[in-house]
Amino acid sequence: MDQFIVTPLFGDDAVHWYTPTNVTLWMALTVFAVAGLLIYTTRGRAIVPSRGQSMAELSYGFIYKMVEDVAGRDAVRFFPYIMTLFMFILFANLLGLIPWAFTTTSHIAVTAVMALAVFLTVTLLGFILHGAGFLRLFWISSAPLPLRPVLALIEVISYFVRPVSHSIRLAGAMMAGHAVAKVFAGFAGALGVGAVIPIVAVTALYGLELLVAVIQAYVFTILTCVYLKDALHPHH
Amino acid sequence: MEGDIVTMGAYLGAGLACLGMGGAAIGVGHVAGNYLAGALRNPSAAPGQTAFLFIGIAFAEALGIFSFLVALLLMFAV
Repeated sequence: MDQFIVTPLFGDDAVHWYTPTNVTLWMALTVFAVAGLLIYTTRGRAIVPSRGQSMAELSYGFIYKMVEDVAGRDAVRFFPYIMTLFMFILFANLLGLIPWAFTTTSHIAVTAVMALAVFLTVTLLGFILHGAGFLRLFWISSAPLPLRPVLALIEVISYFVRPVSHSIRLAGAMMAGHAVAKVFAGFAGALGVGAVIPIVAVTALYGLELLVAVIQAYVFTILTCVYLKDALHPHH
Repeated sequence: MEGDIVTMGAYLGAGLACLGMGGAAIGVGHVAGNYLAGALRNPSAAPGQTAFLFIGIAFAEALGIFSFLVALLLMFAV
């Protein structure tokens, strides 16, 4: 589908790693939107916040509480990273819902970089903080001894599958939602007068997509918190 | 008739892989339904457990994502 194709912004040359493409453009817009909300609207530091400032404060408080609740008090030093991830994914998802926009998070390459960054951070952090003791994460001491090697194998597999499911969940949800909207829009073109039904359906789907965009950003960050908790406290 | 039997197999396999998403749908529905049942029994405890609701949904959903991944691999990579 042409809404997912990466094209250069200028000219028709092949896409190299340095070529400015529509992905570059929409990622830059995402960053500007996040900066607009979190820096521009809060510049007044008003006691009685404006609408923008109160949105920024609400999202800050929401993510701060989530990090505290899910990953624990000592994970708060990673709050800036998690807040950055949440705001970037949220705005990338929401900007992608604008007609003719490009959804950067619908590409597995984009989400895989974020998921791998989380995976590497968490793994390195676990080994730095606990040394070889981090491996106890895979050795469940509360299970009966004969079961432990089997469980260890399952735990290791599920640990290495984390970045895969972490990245594909976000990309898959974004891609599937846009593809469904496109299919319903295709019905509208084919039906003539009966096109009212698919148009109503697309409108309802759009509302659902707004919900999915926010929930997927939330799920990505909450899973980051869960993985962070495993690295900080690997003991079961 | 055009195409070859390998393409047909890949497309059939991709379609069959989508059956796995049904299993993930059952799992997600189970998590959400049980959360709602628990929340209606004790509404005051519900807000503190929404994070676990989403974590449970995400883990149940991950296995459906693998079937989606298999479908994508069969369609575009094999």
